[in-house]
Amino acid sequence: MFYIYCPYCGEHREEEEFHPKGQAHIERPKEPEACSDEEWGNYLFFRDNPRGVHHEMWVHAVGCRKFFNMTRHTVSYEILETYKMGEQPSITADSQNPPRETVPVSHPEGVRA
Amino acid sequence: MSNAATFDTRTDTAIPVESPLAYSYRHSGAPRAGDSSRLQLRERAMLGHLILRGGAIVLDEAVRDVLGLNLPGQPQALVQDASGERSIQWLSPDEWLVIVPGGEEFPLETKLREHLGSAHFAISDVSGGQTVLELSGEAAQELLMKTVIYDVHPSNFPVGKGVTTIFAKATTIIRRPSEERWELVVRRSFADYCYRWLLDAAAEYGVNVEQ
Repeated sequence: MFYIYCPYCGEHREEEEFHPKGQAHIERPKEPEACSDEEWGNYLFFRDNPRGVHHEMWVHAVGCRKFFNMTRHTVSYEILETYKMGEQPSITADSQNPPRETVPVSHPEGVRA
Repeated sequence: MSNAATFDTRTDTAIPVESPLAYSYRHSGAPRAGDSSRLQLRERAMLGHLILRGGAIVLDEAVRDVLGLNLPGQPQALVQDASGERSIQWLSPDEWLVIVPGGEEFPLETKLREHLGSAHFAISDVSGGQTVLELSGEAAQELLMKTVIYDVHPSNFPVGKGVTTIFAKATTIIRRPSEERWELVVRRSFADYCYRWLLDAAAEYGVNVEQ
């Protein structure tokens, strides 16, 4: 069982009070008529399935009945943070695993990293 | 004044009125344990319940002028007047539950609507949809401990707090208006289920049902 911090109620509650609602931060295209079928299909049906940090939307169904976002690790299932709708996560895949470019590595010529 | 259509749900004609637990009293009875009882159960039926929705600042001003109570701004907060008969509870950042004595809800709704004018708000009369069960006695907290998923220890649940959570399998608002009293606001359709659950769970404490 998860013990989830609801950012609107300001306290931890049992998972039984919540429902997961899928991937967070999915933005509806501004002009649906101008979308190609592929863009519209990606918006409607295709979701990320990362190994590692993932942002999800949850709803406090029994309680304040507000939607909020949660950052979770898909391997350990650990809840890294919860934050209100409209806010941006402070923990992202990049902040957890810094991109390779930031680590100075010298590659000999002609050898693939 | 907004142009919302309102009407008083209480009629003047003589229709026999039954509390949401009338069926339960007939079918499950109302045990009397006498002096050995460690738990008292009482229904506070036919109260006026209003749901207020809107911005906290606008509603706070209206509620203070009309009802004389502050709108609780903190999550899970519950405020009541000196007599304890009128209360306002925080339900969500833009939603509050007002409970007043039966019959006061329509005049209150009308006054609030007049006061709020064209502000962005919603008032719903839910008096017919829910009822209040009151638990008191030394075993009340123990009974809640084995029934709800929320931590009801006094350190986590002081007087003046109210939460929406799950009681057995039913969505319920649990409130603590005073040191020794607990209130359950349950849906009318779940009243019989909650009542029978309470009788079963409270049998070991010698429950005393006051009608």
